[in-house]
Amino acid sequence: MTTTLSTPTGADLEPTTRRRRRRLGDRLLFAYTWLIILWLCVPIAVMILFGFNDTKGRYNTTFQGLTLKWYGRLFEIPALTDALANSLIIAVLNTLIAGTLGTLVGLALGRYRFRGDGTTNLVMFAVISAPELVMGASLLSLFVASGVGLGIPTILIAHVMFSISFVAVVVRSRVLTLDRYIEEAARDLGAGPWTAFRLVTFPMIFPAVLSGGLLAFVLSIDDFVITNFTAGTTQTFPLWIYGATRVGLPPQVNVMGTLIFAVGLLIAAGNVIAARRRPSSAR
Amino acid sequence: MNEPTPFDPVLFRGMTQRRLSRRDALRISGLSAAALALAACGVKGQGNTTPTAPAEDAIAKYWAGKTKNGKVDFANWPLYMDPKQPELKKFTAETGIKVTYQEVIEEMGPWFARTQPQLSAGQSIGFDLMVITNGIQFKQYVQSSLLAPLDHSKLTNFKANAGASYKTSAYDPGNAYSVPWASGVTGIAYDPAKVKTPITKLADLWKTEYKGRVGMFSDTQELGNFGLMVNGVDPAKSTATDWQNAANKLKEQKDAGIVRKYYDQSYIDALGAGEVWITQAWSGDVFQKNVSDGTNFQFVIPEEGATIWTDNMAIPITAVNPVDAITLMDFFFRVDIAATLAEYINYITPVPEAQKVIKEHAAAASGEDKDFLTSVAESPLVFPSTADYSKLRYYVEFENTALQQQFQSIFEPIVLG
Amino acid sequence: MSRRLAPYLLILPGGLWLLLFFVVPMVAMLSLSLQQGDVVSGYQLTWHWQTYVDGISNYQTQIIRSLWYGFITTVLQIVLAFPIAYWIAFRGGRNKSVYLFLILLPFFVSFVLRTISWKFILTDESFVLAPLKDVGLVSQDFHILGTPMAVIGGLTYNFLPFMILPIYVALERIDPRVVEAARDLYASPVQTFRKVIFPLALPGVFAGVLMTFVPASSDYINSEILGSSGTTMIGQVIQSQYLRSQNYPTAAALSFALMAILLVGIFTYARALGTEDVLKVAAR
Repeated sequence: MTTTLSTPTGADLEPTTRRRRRRLGDRLLFAYTWLIILWLCVPIAVMILFGFNDTKGRYNTTFQGLTLKWYGRLFEIPALTDALANSLIIAVLNTLIAGTLGTLVGLALGRYRFRGDGTTNLVMFAVISAPELVMGASLLSLFVASGVGLGIPTILIAHVMFSISFVAVVVRSRVLTLDRYIEEAARDLGAGPWTAFRLVTFPMIFPAVLSGGLLAFVLSIDDFVITNFTAGTTQTFPLWIYGATRVGLPPQVNVMGTLIFAVGLLIAAGNVIAARRRPSSAR
Repeated sequence: MNEPTPFDPVLFRGMTQRRLSRRDALRISGLSAAALALAACGVKGQGNTTPTAPAEDAIAKYWAGKTKNGKVDFANWPLYMDPKQPELKKFTAETGIKVTYQEVIEEMGPWFARTQPQLSAGQSIGFDLMVITNGIQFKQYVQSSLLAPLDHSKLTNFKANAGASYKTSAYDPGNAYSVPWASGVTGIAYDPAKVKTPITKLADLWKTEYKGRVGMFSDTQELGNFGLMVNGVDPAKSTATDWQNAANKLKEQKDAGIVRKYYDQSYIDALGAGEVWITQAWSGDVFQKNVSDGTNFQFVIPEEGATIWTDNMAIPITAVNPVDAITLMDFFFRVDIAATLAEYINYITPVPEAQKVIKEHAAAASGEDKDFLTSVAESPLVFPSTADYSKLRYYVEFENTALQQQFQSIFEPIVLG
Repeated sequence: MSRRLAPYLLILPGGLWLLLFFVVPMVAMLSLSLQQGDVVSGYQLTWHWQTYVDGISNYQTQIIRSLWYGFITTVLQIVLAFPIAYWIAFRGGRNKSVYLFLILLPFFVSFVLRTISWKFILTDESFVLAPLKDVGLVSQDFHILGTPMAVIGGLTYNFLPFMILPIYVALERIDPRVVEAARDLYASPVQTFRKVIFPLALPGVFAGVLMTFVPASSDYINSEILGSSGTTMIGQVIQSQYLRSQNYPTAAALSFALMAILLVGIFTYARALGTEDVLKVAAR
């Protein structure tokens, strides 16, 4: 833990009392953190539960006993399976593309002052503030006018468009607080710009890139409005679900949600185990 | 109460049929190239503002030279067909036409907003057949000449098997552009466990004893229709003055705190959760809800009347495989096919003869399946009686978009407080 | 690579993308907001500014309500997000990214599923409310769904990660030794927080506010699902104007009016913050 770094120097009258108080504070914060995480997961728990619901008909909102049958019949609705696959593909590609482009924009905005930085900031903020509906509708008009067919590429274009700003804003806030002299020192020591970036700057902004990438993933996999306009004949997970609510959501949707969540938990657990094996980094 | 006007389709047809115009025929035959150039300006429309039945030569012109391609792309609403798609498999086996079936339509507004630009620009939307609800968007599709005129010589099953009232709808006289897929009734649903006196009238939705426990629809057409009918006005014959009166009546209901919320599809969950006790409702939902949850919710067609809506199959004007599409269209009107569809959908089927087939299926089945099929065959919500039909009214028909927007602006403030 | 060129090269790919797929279509939308006509007979550019005047005056209640909900949501989120971001940044140890991932994981599942679940939990006779009603803690008519509380709760829930992550990103880069030193200097944790931690976290808070206040104010789905007619937000009006009335100019005009208000708000807020970051943002 980081507390090991905090050996106070000089006259410290009551180090033990303070340490104890801090430890209590840490514990409270730890409990609070988990409380929030649990709160965020509350609806997920309900979703998981209804994946086991033995509903007799088309509606799945009243609990009527446990069953595992929906897991066995998971891929019974081919359109739903395809929709989920599409969503995952788009979300991953979006994370990579918007993550990269957004990071570059964030670097530029955070580090340099240049003609047009104000306009760029304005556009970033405008994307975030624009109601999705007009973005989707206007993009559709553009695609129609240019005669390109609608499908996964146009969905991806749209998702990258609105994700870039979120990544850029997060990265920019990080870059703003960075000490630029560290990178310059590296350059003075003979590192090329690429080497300096790779070995010095990138590790420093990595938490922001990671956060931005995660946000881009979430924005993409959950988007309904803009996707609806740019999808053409392609189905995504949110589009299918939203349509199905009109007539009742099949429990397979809950099962798929559960599996996504479970895979996520496995990835998290894998990371924790891997981190145990690695020596702790300084921070 | 007021005496209900009998459901007289012929009368409606007389009211809504328009003169034929040569200009429209030309428009159908070829979408102007100018449309593409304009597309960059956002949204544009085309066509005149009065709906028109297509001229004979327009039909001939559209279908001339069109041939069977061996495939068809079909856009439908989710859960409007058994996921195993038995009907489509049969169709492919019999005709050799492959069907790509996608459940891409969620709501009429968004569906219109996303297909209209492509259709107006003369581009394919990727579908040869789509299911669209009668209502303002349907009219806008027709007025903008975005639907292919149907060649009825290719619709023999439809002619033989579709119920009479489905051949004379007010929204598409003579089925010029569409044939029905399934219909539903907008009536009242209530929970008899909470509402002690049986609900029989629309006026019951205005009773203060149900304060905070009444659900109404957020869709202005559905909401407005109830306001109109409780005032004794037939929506299809209503005027702007009637709309204003209906809005006042609905405002009264809202200001008295009777309405809990203006719902979309979620009203059925609200009813199930006890949030509302009595609500505007779509027929098929109540049937399904009772089957799913073992509840005993009642669906009533009120004395003053209820509305019938229809989801219709139509061919977008830019369809790549229209011949295959119209073949599939007609296939759904075979009695055996209509029967299995109705067994899954549980809304009103346009093929009355299907009832017999479902009864046969029920007789052949056993256990839970038997009970279910029997309940489908006997349900007035799937096969309404003649008495029920006589109380059904069509939606408000708008002559033009300006009137539709006027209607919208009268009722919208009630929903969006 | 010249230093003068560097920023341009960096923004080039992302900038082009946004120019092509955001700016250009939005200019077309802007033009549509000044056009008159209807979807069947087409639209003509008449520079009809009256659409804006009418739109804003007809729906000022919903606009003000949206900004108010957005504001409360944002304040709630800063309060909720700061401690958790702080703990992960300083005490997350090796598992920082895992915590971030866990916070985002519920959002991998579609909002429809999440909100349906919330409705199940919060509905009038749910397993949460029914016992409270049975023991008489709340009245039989008490409900959460359909109230502003439900809508603000939903907004807070759905946008919380967008506040936690940027604050975390800002805090994470603070050297814990600086905090230690500050503690030694000021002794009081409150002072340490006020004079050291919070100022250093400001760029993150700014990014968080931008990513929560702005989308929360233009949101429509939370109010649509969890609210009632008394909680209608401007996003729902835009939705209704575009999709139900097919009144495209009004929908576009309302959108641009809303964007303008939000952007003015953001830049004013940036100026008021007065950090170096913000000077950079506001220096025009």
